[in-house]
Amino acid sequence: MTSLTDYAAKTSAERWAWFPYKEQLWRALRSDRALSLIFPIALIILWFAAVEHQWLPEQILPAPSLMLATASDVISTGELFYHTSISVQRVILGFLLGAFIGLVFGVFIGLSRLAEEYLYPTFKLFVQVPSLAWLPMLMMLVGLEEALKIILIAKSAFVPVAMNTFNGLRAVSNRYIEVAKVFNFNRYQLLRYVVFPSSFPPIWNGVRFGLTHAWLALVGVELLASTEGLGYLIVWGRQLFQMDLVFVAVVVVGTIGYLLDKLLNHIELKVLHWRRDSF
Amino acid sequence: MKILTAIPKPLRAWVLPVLLLITWSVYGHVADNLSPAYVSILSVFERAYLLLASNELQLALEGSLTRLIKGLAIGAFIGFVVGGLLGASRLLDKLFGPSFNTLKQISLFAWIPLMSIWFGMGDTGKVVFLAMAAFFPMVVNTYEGVRSVPRELLEVARVTRLSRWQVIRLIVLPSAVPSIFTGFYLSIIYAWLAGIGAEYFLSSSPGVGTLLIDAQEHFLMDQIIVGVTVIGLVGLALNASAGRLEKSLLNWRGKSTATY
Repeated sequence: MTSLTDYAAKTSAERWAWFPYKEQLWRALRSDRALSLIFPIALIILWFAAVEHQWLPEQILPAPSLMLATASDVISTGELFYHTSISVQRVILGFLLGAFIGLVFGVFIGLSRLAEEYLYPTFKLFVQVPSLAWLPMLMMLVGLEEALKIILIAKSAFVPVAMNTFNGLRAVSNRYIEVAKVFNFNRYQLLRYVVFPSSFPPIWNGVRFGLTHAWLALVGVELLASTEGLGYLIVWGRQLFQMDLVFVAVVVVGTIGYLLDKLLNHIELKVLHWRRDSF
Repeated sequence: MKILTAIPKPLRAWVLPVLLLITWSVYGHVADNLSPAYVSILSVFERAYLLLASNELQLALEGSLTRLIKGLAIGAFIGFVVGGLLGASRLLDKLFGPSFNTLKQISLFAWIPLMSIWFGMGDTGKVVFLAMAAFFPMVVNTYEGVRSVPRELLEVARVTRLSRWQVIRLIVLPSAVPSIFTGFYLSIIYAWLAGIGAEYFLSSSPGVGTLLIDAQEHFLMDQIIVGVTVIGLVGLALNASAGRLEKSLLNWRGKSTATY
């Protein structure tokens, strides 16, 4: 009992004397990061509770422990890495191809009125049909092989890159061009020092959209026609009613999508540093 | 180059499509061993007539569009409310914003197997998936719209002691409308895309996507071309109607500021 009265007699500061980081802990708990973790943690607790009390059948909601076991299983056998690397290779190849063609095409119709008049209306029609709708036609024309996936991913990246490049070039402010005229810039100088720098942000936005769309198309095409890759892993888990496997694959899909976007964001900050410096 | 500039401007848009059509029909006459996927232009029209006469195309369109409207209504409305709340409240933003941004990163179609298990392979699963496709862009753009309300306007509101409801109705909503519309526009596009995907991956019920995937299974290139054309036309119509709706709403906005 003495310890209890001792405890009551102490001031708050004395009570926390053994723990010198009280201030920091308090601040950390009230930080934005801590707040942002409340919801996911609550969900995880709910998940545990739902599994514990068997609110939902196992096929609908697998136990967290089962999911972790599956995750470590597919990681240790190298299966997850294998499927992930295949998907990433496909997306990089298709994206680079599509973004490159999109850039060239966008610059072409963006700089030449004549090219715009001839090509843009048809391009606009082509854009109306989402990539996924081209999939059955492509399957008949090129089969189910690797080419199908690359073409579809490239098409998905091509459209936003071409569109944004075209719009970005057209949106260059007339004032800049007038200044360039005053300085007697030749065509190369005009493009190099005026048009491309000022249209870089929208073009880069197109590249980012392109990568997002490429990733979306990859998962779509792998769900439908593939025997390897993350999309296939999802379908396979679904067919075996192994929700744990589906969950793991979905988490990887989300993480890679996130990392790809972060990577492009990082490059943008690197390339555009002059833009922030000048203001 | 001379030929290119010789053609009058209004006709230039038609040159490429006409050339493509000519190549298509000429190819069928001159190629020695035609690819089995080749169909003539005529057979595409025949197929379109058959599909229309048997009411198949109408049923498919009706199925796809009904699901689109349901999913869009649910997803865009929830997205609007969620985006508005996250935009208006710093606390809610801090609590749910990061989780939302994480979920957003998951490629849309990766949700399909989960949706099919949780909500079934039938219409419910599809509508939920469509709603999800419409939900994300709506949240992002409503949030951006609410966040970008000019600070000065809110200060004026405080000076004139507007109530909370008045602030939302008179200041926040009007200045967020363009961004919200961008969100709605994207919602339509994504929901339409998701609708086709849902018909591919979930069980077949009448729809344009089902029409396409059936045609692929039975090797009917003409039906695929009809399906792709219909999807393109519906996409065009959706774009046009969204544009018109936006214009009428922004008109109202223009008038109300002009009267001050």
